[in-house]
This record gives sequence, C-alpha cells and structure tokens, in this order.
Amino acid sequence: MSTGNSAVSESLGTRILLILLATLYIVLILVLPLAAVFTEAFRKGLGAFMHAVAEPDALAAIKLTVTVALISVPINMLCGIAAAWAITKHDFRGKAFLISLIDVPFSISPVVAGLMYLLLFGAQGWFGDWLTAHDIHIAFAKPGIVLATLIVTLPFVARELIPLMQSQGREEEEAALTLGAPGWRIFLWVTLPNIRWGLLYGVLLTNARAMGEFGAVSVISGHIRGETDTMPLQVEVLYNEYNFVAAFAVASLLAGLALVTLVVKSLLEWRHGDQLAASGH
Amino acid sequence: MSPLPGLSLTLGITIAWLSILLLLPLIALFMKSLTLGPEHFLEAAFSRRALASYRLSFGAAFVAAAINACAGLLVAWVLVRYRFPGQRLLGALVDLPFALPTAVAGISLTAVYANNGWIGQPAAALGLKLAYNPVGVVIALIFIGLPFVVRTVEPVLADLGKGVEEAAATLGAGRWTIFRRVILPEILPSLITGFALAFARGVGEYGSVIFIAGNMPFKSEISPLLIVTKLEEYDYAGATAIATVLLVASLILLLLINLWQNHEHRRRAA
Repeated sequence: MSTGNSAVSESLGTRILLILLATLYIVLILVLPLAAVFTEAFRKGLGAFMHAVAEPDALAAIKLTVTVALISVPINMLCGIAAAWAITKHDFRGKAFLISLIDVPFSISPVVAGLMYLLLFGAQGWFGDWLTAHDIHIAFAKPGIVLATLIVTLPFVARELIPLMQSQGREEEEAALTLGAPGWRIFLWVTLPNIRWGLLYGVLLTNARAMGEFGAVSVISGHIRGETDTMPLQVEVLYNEYNFVAAFAVASLLAGLALVTLVVKSLLEWRHGDQLAASGH
Repeated sequence: MSPLPGLSLTLGITIAWLSILLLLPLIALFMKSLTLGPEHFLEAAFSRRALASYRLSFGAAFVAAAINACAGLLVAWVLVRYRFPGQRLLGALVDLPFALPTAVAGISLTAVYANNGWIGQPAAALGLKLAYNPVGVVIALIFIGLPFVVRTVEPVLADLGKGVEEAAATLGAGRWTIFRRVILPEILPSLITGFALAFARGVGEYGSVIFIAGNMPFKSEISPLLIVTKLEEYDYAGATAIATVLLVASLILLLLINLWQNHEHRRRAA
C-alpha cells in the first residue's frame, strides 16, 4: 500500500475502498466483455471454434484484413514520418493549421468518413462516371476499404512523432549536416534511432485500428461475402445470422490481436517510456 | 530558417497525403450538401427521425462522458496515488477500448448486458433492462470513452506536487476538504478535456453501439446508424445531410477542445 505520510494520503480503509471501486468499474466495463468474447467463442468446444475460423469466408476475411493492414499501415507510417519531419525540423507558415488538420480524422465519425469516399468514388459520386468508363472499382471493392482504413488511421504515427521530435530539437541533425551528411542519411542515422520506439508505438496503434476498423469500412465495402468482408464485417454478418459461436470465434482472433497490442504497448511504455511522446493516445 | 534539408519533399508528401485522404473527401461532402438546396437539406437534416437520433447520440454521449469523468478520475487517482497488487494490469487494461475493434466490443457488451448475460440477467431480475434501449447505448459509450478521461487526467495528477496539500494539512484541513479545495481545482481542466474527448468520440461512435442499441427509429437509433440506413435505401441526399450536421458538430467540438487545451497550456506555463 501507499508509502505517503498520512497527512497527505487517505486512511488505509479509504484507500482499499477506492481501489476496490476502481477495480470493480474496470471489471464491469472492460474485463467482463473481454472474457465474454472467449467464453462465447469456445461455448461449443474447440472443434466448433476451429470449424468457424477455418470457414472459407472467414479465411477470406482474415486474408483481406491482413492485406489491407499491410498496405495502409506503411503508407500512413511513411507519410506520418514525412509530416513529422516537415513540422518539427522546419519552420513555415500555417504549421499550427497543418497539425490541427492531422487531428481531424480522430473527430470524424467513421460512418461519415466512409460516406465521404462513397460521394467521391461511388457510382453516383464525383469520379463515378469516369471510374465506370475505365472499369476501375474503388467503392464496394478493396481499394475503397484501403482508403477508408487510411483515413481513420491517418493521425496515429504523426501524432506520436510530432511531440516526440519537437522535444528532441534539431541540434543533432544540424551537427550531422555540418559534417556533410546528406539528408536521408541524417534521417536514418541520427533521427530514426531517436524516434524508433515512438515510431513502433505509433505503428502498433495504427495497425490495431487498421485491422479493427468497422464503421468506415462497413459503408464503403458493399459487404460482398468472401470478397469485401474484412474480419470485423464478417463478425457482424455472422452475428446477424445468429451464428454466435462463429461470430465470437472470429471476434476472438481480433480480441487476441488487441491483447497482443496492449502487451507490446505496455512493454514499450515501461521499458522506453522516456523515449515516447508524453501523452499516450 | 532551418538549414536541414527535405522541407519541400516532406511538406509536399504531407500536403498530398492530407489533400487526397482528407480535404478532397471533405469538400465532396460539403459540395453534395450544397447541391441539395437549403430547403431539401433542412428537411433531410432536421426531420423528426433525424432530430430524435441527434438527441440520442449527443445525449447518450454526454451521459456516458459524465459517468466516465467521475469513474475515470477514480481510476486515474488509484493508478497514480496508490501502490497495490495488480496495478500494472489494471493500468494496461484501461487502454483496451483503444485496441479492441469496436464491432468486437459491441457484440461482447451485448453478450454481457443483454437479458441472458452475466450482468443483464441479475439486472433483469431487478427489473432493469440494460440492452436494446438507450441504456445500452450509454453502456457502449462508457466502454469507448473511459481511456480518454483516464489518460488525460493521469499525467496532470502525477505532476501535482504534494507541497500545497501538505501546507493545507498543516493548517488543519481534512482530506476531503483538501481534495475539493486544493486538488480538484488543479485537475479540473484536464478532467474537462477528458470529458470533451470522450463526448466527441461518443457522438460519432457506430460499431460498438449498434449491436447493443436495439436500433428502433425514434427510440434507440443513433445518428451514424441513420446515415447507414439512408445509404441502404440509396437515399444519398438524406445520408449526406445528416452526415454534414454530425461533421460540423464534431469540427466545432474539435476546435473548442483545441482552444481549451491551448488556453490551459498557456495557463500552466504562466
């Protein structure tokens, strides 16, 4: 229990009561739902679980989810690094506006984000006629899913790197410059080692959201089974068919991914907390 | 002027990235709204059904954020001020809503809080219905919003020196008085920020809500769901009008939160 002196801490009884109340809240809101995923997934035994996740539609959904993450995470990582470099290593007008703009996707409803792309690329959208004429499918196809994933995960890497690189200043890079190092080498040898844990942290959050995104992807995907259903969409389809064991089986894979994400995130915070940006999300 | 290279390249990438993914789609949405004409737009955006959905989305988000402001403060307090077994686990769990896909959260919250669930069943015995009604919406938004409050309050609470508290204690103030008069005023701004972030997130939330909400028009239908329903009916105009209202509301919220945070930043620095 706490080691503080009693004048600036609560009595032992109060402390225990507060700890129990906080734990109860976490259990009710977070732990029980998490436990329910796995309980429901294995309700009819391991065989039913394996059968559910080995279904062709489930496998197609897993493949699509991984593919979408493999495309969208690197794009947002590279663009996030570029944005952080421009913003923290240079001075230009409109910088504050640019930073606020990067924040915008966090506040847009995922459904609204999906709709915006539909208005651009759907059959009746801005580019609809041109896309149809050239037989290019974006809405209700995989490229639309990638775009929707890109917008909802846009801020994570940049939001982690900008405060981190701001606090690290520019001296080390400027020193390397006077030694005659070219730009890309300054980045790889000087900047990257300083930001690697923060970068990993941002990529981790980007990936978790990319694999789990539901609302934005749901609007643009068109729900073509075995073709444009990602894992979260497949969970919804199975659930709405009252195939609860299969729905929770696919959901448990995503919950497993979330747990791995949390473990790696916690490890990063404990081991390299001093090399991450101050605020966690 | 910074002597470092790469400004035009990295700024160019950044602007292209934001333009394609964010600005172009935003313009498409606003342009589509404009083409509807004011009469049609207002009719679609403020129909009785749409108004009922705003009331639910904003109302439930407000209630959930308020509950999380109190409970999140408690969790942050316990995590910062005390040492107890399982503390790290509790701290790591707080981030679960950031990591767990919303659809997974939605079906598992339903499993727990529906009438045959672990909590839903005893609650039903007491005559409480926790799912397939607005209460269910609030429960889902409590789940989604908790980390915003905890993670915003935690660092401020950790930075709070104990000097003033000690002085107040020397002057004979009790713990509750010290909390109310000394600690709370210091952390209140961060608590408000956390509340606002959770509220903003809750207004637009979709995946975790639709499974537990019941989705009855006028009763338990959130605005993002109404947008999806309109799209399924090929009513793009109706969907766009409601989406524009939600988008403008969330941009205003984002602006207010930014202004508030800048204000607090300056106040703390001063």
